[in-house]
Amino acid sequence: MTSAPALHDKAAPPILSVRGIEKSFPGVRALSGVSFDVAEGEVHALLGENGAGKSTLIKIVSGVFPPDGGEVIVDGKPVSLARPDDARRAGIATIYQELLLFPELTVAENIFMGHAPRKGFGRLDWRAMREKTRALLAALEIHDLQADRIVGSLSVGNRQRVEILRALSQDARILIMDEPTAALTEYDVTRLFDIVRKLKARGVAVIYISHKLDEIFAIADRVTVLRDGAHVATRRVADTDAASLVQSMVGRKIESLFPKITVPIGAPVLEVRDLERRPLTKKVSLTVRAGEIVGLAGLVGSGRSELAQTIFGVTPAESGEIRIAGARVAIASPAQARALGIAYVPEDRGTQGLVRAMTVRENFSLAALGKVALGGFIDRTAERKLAGEGVKRFAVKASSLEQIAGKLSGGNQQKIVLGKWLANQPKLLILDEPTRGIDVGAKAEIHRLMGELASQGLAILMISSELPEVLGMSDRVLVMREGRIIAEFSREKATQEAVGAAMMGSHDSAEQAA
Amino acid sequence: MSTVVLSQVQADPRRFLKALASQEALLAIAVIVLAVAVGLYNPRFLATRNLSDVLLGNAYIAVAAVGMSMVIVSGNIDISVGSLIGVLATLSGTLAVNGAPIIVAWLAPLVAGILVMAFQGAIIAYLRIPAIVVTLGMLSILKGGLISVTGGKWITDLPDGFHLADTELFGIVPMPVFLMIVATILAALWMRYSAPGRAIYAVGGNAEAARLCGISQPRTIVMVFALHGLFAGMAALLYATQLRVIQSTVPPNLELTIITASVVGGVSILGGVGTVIGSTLAAILIAEIASALVFIDVSPYWIRAVQGVLILVTVVADILRRRRMAGA
Repeated sequence: MTSAPALHDKAAPPILSVRGIEKSFPGVRALSGVSFDVAEGEVHALLGENGAGKSTLIKIVSGVFPPDGGEVIVDGKPVSLARPDDARRAGIATIYQELLLFPELTVAENIFMGHAPRKGFGRLDWRAMREKTRALLAALEIHDLQADRIVGSLSVGNRQRVEILRALSQDARILIMDEPTAALTEYDVTRLFDIVRKLKARGVAVIYISHKLDEIFAIADRVTVLRDGAHVATRRVADTDAASLVQSMVGRKIESLFPKITVPIGAPVLEVRDLERRPLTKKVSLTVRAGEIVGLAGLVGSGRSELAQTIFGVTPAESGEIRIAGARVAIASPAQARALGIAYVPEDRGTQGLVRAMTVRENFSLAALGKVALGGFIDRTAERKLAGEGVKRFAVKASSLEQIAGKLSGGNQQKIVLGKWLANQPKLLILDEPTRGIDVGAKAEIHRLMGELASQGLAILMISSELPEVLGMSDRVLVMREGRIIAEFSREKATQEAVGAAMMGSHDSAEQAA
Repeated sequence: MSTVVLSQVQADPRRFLKALASQEALLAIAVIVLAVAVGLYNPRFLATRNLSDVLLGNAYIAVAAVGMSMVIVSGNIDISVGSLIGVLATLSGTLAVNGAPIIVAWLAPLVAGILVMAFQGAIIAYLRIPAIVVTLGMLSILKGGLISVTGGKWITDLPDGFHLADTELFGIVPMPVFLMIVATILAALWMRYSAPGRAIYAVGGNAEAARLCGISQPRTIVMVFALHGLFAGMAALLYATQLRVIQSTVPPNLELTIITASVVGGVSILGGVGTVIGSTLAAILIAEIASALVFIDVSPYWIRAVQGVLILVTVVADILRRRRMAGA
């Protein structure tokens, strides 16, 4: 927890403020009269559901597109940010979710791309570049990153640090971070927060966008909530709590973020014994029973997704046995897994889950084509019925079944990915990061659905990097590290501290994700 | 995707308007408007003789574009098809003049087309080599092989009964045009209503998602290329049997015309989107423009430039449409 220092009291003039920003896209009013400011040495969090206008606002501030109305003021003077370069010159740097680095180049080259120190005749001054890189690393007390490392070989957390250094090398005084922890392990999140605190101490203003409330309470001084393109509230973090923030975000009260319902646990649906698939699945044994939600916790790179893909036949096992409902099975392909009643909702719905160019109807039936296409030809009526039921059951907000899936919001896309698998009436559902990157409202909806599915006797294996989600939803928690299951906790015994400690193991092994 | 929109025409007047704005509808309108406009300028353009010549002479391009569209929808490309059509036409003609039964001369290019394309598809799918590289290699092999083996000699003295273009169905519809229509309709229905047809869109739209849904990407790609080979064989047959002689060389730039028809027909070069109805209409439009140039006294050499403009206009329109969707 950060106690708000006196540095940015009402008296401290904001380094950046936006006043009455308006922005419309064809058919959508993205921002209406939004005002917002951030002071030197302050971390100001932006909170809101997907589509609330956060991304639009930061794109305006970073010069990606101009506002229709309102003004951006830096150091008390109105500025025109028509291009990203204008923003850079005004001292504004943005770190997007997708890191914009050159993987084949070194840390130093990435940091100084576009503004490398020069010698006469335009030659690059390599020595100065390396020295400046070292000075930056030293300034932020980063000791495990070398100027000559190739960026492609770094972990996501370290790459993000390179982007932060890049911003600093351009003398950025205002740093915008768009969901910086979305792809980070808990360990990297702690390290990121260390850096953010150091930036604060240097007087950098940070605009911090995140869905995760606990992060906001850990790092931010103030928080501004946007809803449907409008400013809802700006509060000092010290003066608010999670419940009231969620309420202002969604405009309604969410009783419980994790509506876990207790259901009778049945017979084992999935039994895995000594499953091996090198390099990341080593002698794994686990059981998931009907009606049970088993949470699989672990750091990124601990082998959780790899285990899921081995069970699902994407990367078939090399040895060990899998039993489905007691019968020993061999799974060599996703098609076989599907036939055995296993459904797998992958981690990255963008690249793995959804065919964006297809309609809602076509996406819903994709995993159940065998059901609606008897004799090789698709029965349109059956297909429409299947998709219609899915849309209703999952409360997908789409204009029609014929809407192109790629045009829906992230939460609705995730509901389709989830829903299309359930069209097959599976016995076992493997969910890999089911709520990553979707807003609080859609998240609660997915959690509610998970509870409902479990109560219908489905066995659920859930991989999640969000500890509160794992602890809130699971009947049992398994912890993976370096390809092995190293701990198991009952719901009662699974505390944040206990599971977190098991995930980390000792600190020297935590960076193996690189 | 326009396929989907078209299915809803009866249901909703708004959908009908949307369907009218689809690539297929725009192309059909363009074909008609162009015919009327050029006809007003020079009525001889509309003579039955000319219109049927345009269709007859270009049916093979439309047929080849059907297969090409499937390949592009699946996220691949084939630049060897022009050379393959040259080789298959020569094969068919050589068999015919050497006394093989006509039916053998007709079926041989179909079988050979399937084999060659399935082979390429297997290399692309199982060895994971980009289609453009594999088919570039095949283009050279076929083109070079053909000229070396035949020395570029023309095949003449083709037997009676070999010429498909001479036969007419019910005395009015020339066989090549009939085959073009049948091939297009069957392929369109198959693409839209069959599970393997849907798999092509899934693989082209998101290969990873398709794989996780139990759709085999390699098998789908080999299937697409085999089908493409069948249509290429059919195109070669139409090409070989329309004239009294077969030039045993590769028709210049044929693959480009075929790809143009697919792209102008609304098949997204990025994969996952498009229909074969569109590509057939585009093939007809391109042929019509080529013929129209003569009738409005413009050098027919301009056709290549016109094709280029068509490609750019279609692709730019497609991209702008996507951007507008993305922004909304």
